[in-house]
Amino acid sequence: MSGPLVKDYETLRREIAARDRGLREKVMSLDEAAQLVADGDHVAIGGCTLSRTPMAMIWSLIRARRTGLTVSRSITSTEGDLIFASGLGRKIVSSWFSQGIVWGISKVMRHHVEKGLAEFDEWSHMAMGLRYRAGGMGIPFMPVRSMIGSDVGRIRADEVRPMRCPFTGEELLAVPALNPDVALLHVQRADAYGNAQLDGLQFMDIDIAMAAKKVILTTERIVSNDQIRRAPDHTRIPFFTVEAVVEVPYGSAPHECYGQYEPIFAQLDRYAALTAKDPIGGVKQYLDEMVYGPKDWAGYLAEVGLETLLTASRRGRVIYND
Amino acid sequence: MTEHAPTSTVYTASELIAIMAGRLLTDGQIVFAGVGIPLLAATLAQRVFAPKLTILFEGGVIGPFIKPGELPPSTNEQRCTRRANMVLPSTDVLLLLQRGYVDVGFMGGAQIDRYGNLNSSFIGPADKPAIRLPGTGGGNDISSLTDMIVAMKHEKRRFVEKVDFVTSPGWLDGDDSRRRRGLPTGGMWRVVTDLAVMGFDAQTREMEVLALHPGVTFEQVQDNTGFTLRRARELSVTTPPQAEELALIRELDPGRLYTA
Repeated sequence: MSGPLVKDYETLRREIAARDRGLREKVMSLDEAAQLVADGDHVAIGGCTLSRTPMAMIWSLIRARRTGLTVSRSITSTEGDLIFASGLGRKIVSSWFSQGIVWGISKVMRHHVEKGLAEFDEWSHMAMGLRYRAGGMGIPFMPVRSMIGSDVGRIRADEVRPMRCPFTGEELLAVPALNPDVALLHVQRADAYGNAQLDGLQFMDIDIAMAAKKVILTTERIVSNDQIRRAPDHTRIPFFTVEAVVEVPYGSAPHECYGQYEPIFAQLDRYAALTAKDPIGGVKQYLDEMVYGPKDWAGYLAEVGLETLLTASRRGRVIYND
Repeated sequence: MTEHAPTSTVYTASELIAIMAGRLLTDGQIVFAGVGIPLLAATLAQRVFAPKLTILFEGGVIGPFIKPGELPPSTNEQRCTRRANMVLPSTDVLLLLQRGYVDVGFMGGAQIDRYGNLNSSFIGPADKPAIRLPGTGGGNDISSLTDMIVAMKHEKRRFVEKVDFVTSPGWLDGDDSRRRRGLPTGGMWRVVTDLAVMGFDAQTREMEVLALHPGVTFEQVQDNTGFTLRRARELSVTTPPQAEELALIRELDPGRLYTA
């Protein structure tokens, strides 16, 4: 996001007021949804680490040759590598960035950050969450009690403000609201209007949806509005925040989708091996084979392999089988 | 733990650290655990002596019982939620630290200094790092807001006079500097390595060796540390890993995902 650190409140209100917030169908393809993201947008990504990553949507944006995005996420995994290496984004705002501790530090992240080719702006995990929450609450900042006294706060000095509580006089840190231009979220089910139900770990998805100017929703399956209305207490994201609904089975692969499939470890191991050997060539090979190469998402899944997907699905469903 | 349990002398450094760190927890506590050794040590404690230990994971999980052989790749996947009491949005589980519900935070560390400050962000200067590390995750929040146990390998390159970057604040510059700089609660309590258990002097907040693992000398600990360690007046020796503990650890992590 270029310009001011915090979006002006009246602008935020005008943006919402200008949107058609009626109950309307928004089902479209990945390609069509990619058109809703503009070069240079601030795009927030839902899920966390290897969970409910909207991978198909990110994959689609890379194929659409979008560029110059600023991307934020609670914790960033392999999707961050792909965002840097493809040129989709040059700045990632996050609390942690690597594939996952069992695979070591991301060589692709290291290459881009250490060579100055891209930026990884580090915030504490809670501060990331409270920035989205402030954005979702329509207030310009949130006071926090972490990031104080340490270098994590010091290197963000241009973006945070020490503040004194107006009631108690104690020292707190104000972190700025984050109102993304677009939120990419992946859920287990949603209706054609964008009422989204998500199972298991929610991470920061609800706050991100409320904070964003618009939400692009990918979903394992589209269900009827009647089905949503039978269990409205399971609906976590209201339809009027959503601008696009795309049905994408295995839309988080090779990451997991709670209760549906576990991470696809065979793919993650292969990716780690490719990039450990050669961060530049390895990620290029992966992008060519797995992102640019396949005809469509089904083609990508075919590359992942049927047996691998079935194994991941069996493991994913175990959660309901104790 | 039974006193006469048979002991095994064959274990990896990671297994030793996990066992020794897990023993520092108390039944009934609420512990905020990071992935890797902390998750394993807390789960081990749950099974050996602390069935009422409540584990929190930053993915939003309250009170899980991790299934043996199904360790999660981070604290943000469905494997973290097995038999949990509740899942919350991650922001809200982190806010439990700020509200004061957490007894102890439990993490690993890449680099630590005399005052227990941890670095997991940059080797070299932050604006031009020699190595960009993965970053804080919840580490800064946990260590800013609660008492901490850190589990790590004891190597000179990891135990340095001054960390390149304070990702997770310990006692900052010692004495009362932590409080003065705006962190009135929490602080580094114990550091557990494959050589020893360390605490911090109540006044100066310098790292102090409290107990040596069996067969380890104070000199050996000092030789593997990049600054001068304090030595407790009554230096004790830890009880070696028991067969039951080792068996459980291997049952939890048969693939040696965390304990290689």
